[in-house]
Amino acid sequence: MTTSVPSRRTTVAVIGAGHSGLAVSHRLSAEGIDHVVLERGQVAHSWRTQRWDSLRLLTPSWMNRLPGLDAPPLGPAEAEEFLTAAQVAALVAHYADVIAAPVHENVDVHHISPDPDGFLVETSAGPWSAEHVVLATGSVRGVVPALAAELPRGVPSVHAVDYRRPSQLPTGGVLVVGAAASGVQIAAELQASGRPVTLAVGEHVRVPRRYHGRDIFAWIEEAGILDERWDELDDITRARRLSSFQLVGGTSSLDLNTLQELGVRVVGKLAGLRDGTALFSGSLANMAALADLKANRLLNSIDQTFGGAGERLEPTRVPEPLLSLSLTSGEIGSVVWATGIKPDHGFLDADVFDHKGAIRHDGGVTDLPGLYVTGLPVLRRRRSTYIDGAREDSADLVAHLSERLATPTRRTAG
Amino acid sequence: MTETTVDNGVNVAALLGARAALQETPEAAKFTWRATNTWVKDTHSKSKVEGFFGLGEEQETQRSFESDGDHPPQFAADNQGPTPVETVLVALGGCLTAGVAAVAQQRGIQLNSVTATIEGDHDIRGILGADADVRNGFTGVRVNYSIDADASPEDIEALVAQSQKRSAVFDILTNPTAVSVSVP
Repeated sequence: MTTSVPSRRTTVAVIGAGHSGLAVSHRLSAEGIDHVVLERGQVAHSWRTQRWDSLRLLTPSWMNRLPGLDAPPLGPAEAEEFLTAAQVAALVAHYADVIAAPVHENVDVHHISPDPDGFLVETSAGPWSAEHVVLATGSVRGVVPALAAELPRGVPSVHAVDYRRPSQLPTGGVLVVGAAASGVQIAAELQASGRPVTLAVGEHVRVPRRYHGRDIFAWIEEAGILDERWDELDDITRARRLSSFQLVGGTSSLDLNTLQELGVRVVGKLAGLRDGTALFSGSLANMAALADLKANRLLNSIDQTFGGAGERLEPTRVPEPLLSLSLTSGEIGSVVWATGIKPDHGFLDADVFDHKGAIRHDGGVTDLPGLYVTGLPVLRRRRSTYIDGAREDSADLVAHLSERLATPTRRTAG
Repeated sequence: MTETTVDNGVNVAALLGARAALQETPEAAKFTWRATNTWVKDTHSKSKVEGFFGLGEEQETQRSFESDGDHPPQFAADNQGPTPVETVLVALGGCLTAGVAAVAQQRGIQLNSVTATIEGDHDIRGILGADADVRNGFTGVRVNYSIDADASPEDIEALVAQSQKRSAVFDILTNPTAVSVSVP
């Protein structure tokens, strides 16, 4: 693509029309700030294209609040309803309509670089010149560990973002790597499909689905945990890295004990692949102990805040260690990487990345004046990890952006 | 109990400062530890530990530690020192207990006493070549801590769990490590 002087100028280019980008769009419109929302596919693209069929949100429907959207659009809003991916996509599409967001669909952003006017945004639909850029592309890249390269040929593997349903995988055993929400959910579904699952478990975050008859998020909300700020947490790097709660939408807990009752074989973290053999860490007992202790600390803090003393979790049952497993004997027919998702800001050509390739930001405000990022875990508060975080995060970032717009010298700041 | 009255003798501020600094300069975090080993006679050898590489340069320190390795009479040996597998247990205990002290300091927990028993189960048919299906190394390792501290049993359990999570030797024992041995 050749670079030409863009004929189109905008005050703000929002990259990504998911709930985060649209919430920012709504706030910008409310402030009368001219902007465009550039979307690589359709509104809520990753909810349409990167979720498995049976997935439901981890968070109950009352946590789907979006700024400018009054009534829940999807029928009677059961407080403890958990939307499917298709319902989330419908919700986000409805939201885009209600707020009349200036979305340009099917526009692939190829390159963004700072220039004297702010930013040059080069896309499949030609260039834009934008004074500000808000990255709201979310976590769309499935991460696999480096050792995945050692997987024996002939053992198909799929990342959770590309997994749809059990029939996508061959019959036979499946090694599921990772025991956050996606790993435990996919493991349960594959086991139920008749594919014996071996689940490799590293550090994980165990929480009960319900406590004292209420959904765990109701307690976490009332205890104020979701409002803990990014700049007040002890270790924000760790908070942002922490894997998702070991949960499934609904009313039942899904943890290593329930999985083992379903017949899933639980092993330690996948620590190596050598000569076609998977090597599992001997640290499983400690990973389980850490998760149990942390879960009970959460329940203790709920009790301390609200009084009373509820039941404690049954300790995780740690099976006899299995330290190695041949991937070439035929027992394992495929591998599912449930090893996390990260943002893909590869189109951004600016010195704003740390040595691990993650964008440097302070609550969504980057070092580069005029460049913002949103829709990331614990961006400005724990709530930021969820759809429900977009309300306040968008308000904060647009307030920052408006203030900058009101500062006459901003051009020289870049 | 307040944090200022807790003193386990661990300089947590220095450790946290180092962590913050090394997050910005990952190259300086790359250390190489080194020991030399010299055969004495039969299964007896002496090991020596002195300098190491770290913080971007060779660290010439005032340190020099020697230790012996040998085998007991049951192995028809002279019993001049612990067996190498016992030295591994020593290393694990030293690493985990250092972690317990550091984590306790960080969490404001005063330790009164910490004792660990570290046991390694070993089927020696492996090293003797008596059964090719038996591995050379431990079949399992158990560590049992006895800790007296001004903290609840749950907090003490969490100390020990966190220490394992951050322990180098625990990681070395529980995860595979590439080892190359060369003769010039």
